[in-house]
Amino acid sequence: MEIQSCVSILNEWDIVAARQLGRNVAKELGFGTVDQARITTAISELARNIYLYAGEGQLCIDRLNENGKAGLRIIALDKGPGIPDIRKVMEDGFSTSGGLGAGLPGVRRLMDDFNIDSNPGEGTDIRATKWLR
Amino acid sequence: MNKQETLEAQYSKILQEYMNNQSEQALYAAQQFSRTALAKKVPPEEIISLQKNAMQQLMPDLSPEVWHSFDILLEVMTAYGFAFREHQSLLDTQKELKNEMEIASNVQDTLLGTSVPTVDGLEIGALSVPAKQMNGDYYHFVHDGDHSVNVAIADVIGKGIPAALCMSMIKYAMDSLPEYRKDPSAVLESLNRVVEQNVDDSMFITMFYGMYELRSNILHFASAGHEPGFFYRGKDKEFLDLEARGLLLGVDKNTKYKRYEQAVEVGDMIILMSDGVTECRTDEGFIERETLISYINEYIELPPQEIVNKIFRDLERLQHFQLRDDFTIIILKRTK
Repeated sequence: MEIQSCVSILNEWDIVAARQLGRNVAKELGFGTVDQARITTAISELARNIYLYAGEGQLCIDRLNENGKAGLRIIALDKGPGIPDIRKVMEDGFSTSGGLGAGLPGVRRLMDDFNIDSNPGEGTDIRATKWLR
Repeated sequence: MNKQETLEAQYSKILQEYMNNQSEQALYAAQQFSRTALAKKVPPEEIISLQKNAMQQLMPDLSPEVWHSFDILLEVMTAYGFAFREHQSLLDTQKELKNEMEIASNVQDTLLGTSVPTVDGLEIGALSVPAKQMNGDYYHFVHDGDHSVNVAIADVIGKGIPAALCMSMIKYAMDSLPEYRKDPSAVLESLNRVVEQNVDDSMFITMFYGMYELRSNILHFASAGHEPGFFYRGKDKEFLDLEARGLLLGVDKNTKYKRYEQAVEVGDMIILMSDGVTECRTDEGFIERETLISYINEYIELPPQEIVNKIFRDLERLQHFQLRDDFTIIILKRTK
């Protein structure tokens, strides 16, 4: 069962809309306030990356239910320049020196599952899931 | 979850205690609590949540504005938590790197190992200490029967891992040139070609190569831009520069190195070093060669190994125990 809602990211205000969407879903699913804050922080980071590096894209929130376990999945999609070296952007400290892919390792640590797919010239697809405990 | 409950219970207890009477003891308990929390890597946003939950228990009737204020605090602290996790992860990476460096440094010791030869009539002291874990200085002895003792001392411009990697190459280049061993200028000329071909243009190596002839007691030597050593004339108690001219290794593959000679009398000493010794930086700037001489002079009657150990100890103290460059010093003393 997957119900998806999306926000287009075109400008900085859309980051707020994406956060609001994520928070509403997280609340409905029963995430506590700390996890809500973590989820919205992750959404902020991912949406900001789209806004800063791809120019435009989409941020979607999935409600998951697998084997009775509820979860929330953030999907960040863009058709921007893509990431040539994913391993590099997943290194700690890279964001501070390089600028591209700010805070991706941080997002991974805030969430339970993290997946990134990117091809130069085609764009980036990042999926991060948090399960309800 | 159990861990969470106990932390929550602990926190709540401390908070209650402090609300009842604002004692230093409760504050100390809070400090102890934070130690435990840090050890368990509890991120800051969770502490905010502990505070809020404890407050809700203890004072449920606070105005809604107070509870709303926690949302802002939680949001801000989540960002700090982001940084906290990165810090944790970087610490782990650093630990891994440290371990790796330690292994690399042991491997280097094995690779570059040389033993100080025991020779009748010649006492030798040698010490090499890296500034970081890996050494970019290198010294090597070859004891050729009754004929000669050869000594090489080299310094890669730069330090740390790149310098150390480069040194391993020098060592193997030297090992593979046994036929040239006897002649210092030929040794430097071959090594120069190896370095020129194999090393990055930005990396240079200085080297002093000496061959001490045991029968005639003559030191033949050549230098590739290496820090000049000292020749100590025992009879006059004076220090002379062991001057030799030559271009650094790796600059020009056709470089020729001139061979120099120095006759050595009983009581004379040959003192070789890397620029980590002369460029030992103190609060007043680099130490002068004269200052270094005065340090050596202080221990001049001691056996060479003790002299080098003591000089290192003194210069280390002078630099407040922080070496800025790899440090190598070798002393050869003719005793009979």
